[in-house]
Amino acid sequence: MAEKKVSVWSDNRFWQRSATWVTGFASLLLIWLTFDTMGQITMGNQKDINNHITKRVPSATVINYKVEYKMNQRRGHEVPVIGGDDGKGDSLFKVKENFFGRDNYSQKEADALLHLGKLASQAKNCMDCHTLLGNGAYYAPDLTKAWLDPAWQKGGTMQAMTGKSTKEEAMAEFLQNPGKYPTHARMMPNLGITQKEAVGLVAFLKHMATIDTNGFPRGFGKIKEGVVYARSK
Amino acid sequence: MQGQSNFKYEGQKLASWYFTVAMILFGAQLLLGLVAAIQFIYPSFLYGILDFSIARMIHINALVVWMVYAMIGAVYYLLPDETGIEVVGIGIAKLLFWILTLAVTVVVLVFIFIQVGAADIKTIWFITEGREYLEAPRWADIGIVVVVLGFLANTFLTAIKGRRTGIMTVILSDMIALAGLYLAGMFFTDNISMDQYWWWWVIHLWVEATWEVMVGALAAYALIRVVGANRKVVEMWLWIEVAMLFGSGILGLGHHYFWIGTPEYWWEIGALFSALEPLPLVGMFVHVLYDWGKENGFKEKAGEDTSSNNTPALLWLVSNGFGNFLGAGVWGFFHTLPQVNIYTHGTQFTAAHGHLAFFGAYATILIAMFYMAVQGKYGIKKLRATFASKMAIFLITFGVVGMGVALTIAGYEQVLIARAQLGATWDAFFIAQNQTWMAQAMDWRLIMGVVTTVGFFYLVKDLLSISKNPKNVY
Repeated sequence: MAEKKVSVWSDNRFWQRSATWVTGFASLLLIWLTFDTMGQITMGNQKDINNHITKRVPSATVINYKVEYKMNQRRGHEVPVIGGDDGKGDSLFKVKENFFGRDNYSQKEADALLHLGKLASQAKNCMDCHTLLGNGAYYAPDLTKAWLDPAWQKGGTMQAMTGKSTKEEAMAEFLQNPGKYPTHARMMPNLGITQKEAVGLVAFLKHMATIDTNGFPRGFGKIKEGVVYARSK
Repeated sequence: MQGQSNFKYEGQKLASWYFTVAMILFGAQLLLGLVAAIQFIYPSFLYGILDFSIARMIHINALVVWMVYAMIGAVYYLLPDETGIEVVGIGIAKLLFWILTLAVTVVVLVFIFIQVGAADIKTIWFITEGREYLEAPRWADIGIVVVVLGFLANTFLTAIKGRRTGIMTVILSDMIALAGLYLAGMFFTDNISMDQYWWWWVIHLWVEATWEVMVGALAAYALIRVVGANRKVVEMWLWIEVAMLFGSGILGLGHHYFWIGTPEYWWEIGALFSALEPLPLVGMFVHVLYDWGKENGFKEKAGEDTSSNNTPALLWLVSNGFGNFLGAGVWGFFHTLPQVNIYTHGTQFTAAHGHLAFFGAYATILIAMFYMAVQGKYGIKKLRATFASKMAIFLITFGVVGMGVALTIAGYEQVLIARAQLGATWDAFFIAQNQTWMAQAMDWRLIMGVVTTVGFFYLVKDLLSISKNPKNVY
């Protein structure tokens, strides 16, 4: 049989080159987007807060401020609100809030607390029961907005159980002695968390609640009637 | 897999070592999975001794490591076949195997007996890194990189010296990417958004890009060996698959960047490209069935025996084609759009997808490779399925699909109650966990986990004894 002219569609070289080009193009696009994202998710500092600049990942010094999670009219979903809001869901960076009795943590102190807390979150394998920003294991509640959880607020079940008068103290107490405060048959184990580590972890949780997660989780802690209904069952 | 050996090459013998450790770790994965599944139903089980966090961590790490072992083994197995020569530096390759195995053993022992550490960088270096899937401490990370560099050197030097095939070209370039990406997971930062951004570079670009390409290459090799498919056609398909897998999978990474602090544009990019990810998986499924049917047609026309030369491997290969499409493709697509994912993210939906995808896409093809190694080791011309082979594939597949369905139902319940109805709080989570549908789903998951484990024992028995099947003796 004479040599047949091979169609380009069944030519291996053609497909090899296509694979190379497609991979190269996709990789370059990913690298370009990565540069942009890096700029947007770099952690802010106190100067940004002073200048009223909202960062996706704000300064560790947000622990000095009141933090909420509110519907933003412009964005069409909930966003973290730091230091009070302007009525439209944007942060004012004004209203302060005590964190373990103080609202004047310096940049250095706040950074150190966050560093300790993030290290603790890894050293204790938090992610292998809980989810953080929705990633991890599904044995225990998501911690993305744990700082804003109604259970830890004044009058909330968790704060009442620990007998503490602020949520940061209640959270720190729980983290150090989880076996003493069972909230479910599925109890958190004692991980040997020290007082200092607990304070760091709470700072880490408060900071995580201020990260702009594009509205995740939706309607966090907003739907009170549902809870009553489900509990009555 | 001990006893007399008909391996033509030392590289293939080394492959069988990797496969043996992979099977042991596969067993460990199932055992710890059962512990974790029991803890969902009886939370006091091993509480304070081997807590859920530890059981689950070893469950998923054993999974990843057994698959990496089996992939390295698969490469060593096909390397001499493809290049036509012995693996270059086989002595060093064997030494690296022992170093890696020793390191894995130490890491697992530390996980089990030390478990957690103080909030200190020393914990990250020597006990656990505490990042899901990448818990291995930093010293082990560095060890893994060194071993993988050695492995890359072995394979590259062999490929350069021997015959160059399309399959080898794909595997070599894929392995550079695979190894390089691991480096993205080896740093500490206080910024959790930054942490998770790079963490996904390792996790996603492994399992949804480079591992999938590795599967494509292994399937191509297996099709040539098992059903006698035409190399030129298979390699053409392979290049098309690489283009589609990387074309969708690399930017499909965006579907992990919806809610971790990263900008909104990832919604569109992640949704579009990850929605395309199932396409190559459909293609791979069609490819396997098409080549199988085509080669059978040729043989029938020529009046030849149409049975494959390795029935168990072929069965696993077909279940790979289907499982990859169903578990990775369909179950992935279920929750990949941000409109859906805002509710499903971080629920048992993800676990359902994880179980079905890791099994369908990876476990199946790697088990097919185990059977090919058994065939090679005993020099069996036609390896026929035994009762145990059939029980293994039936029970394991049935068990994993059952777990996947149970977890999907659990996820559905969680999405509706904990997320949509109650707004994702601590109370919402536990109220949803207490619902009957969740409890029943967790019971079924455990039952199906036991079924899978029974299938695993059949698989072990079969791999050890199939060579003694009278039908396989010539």
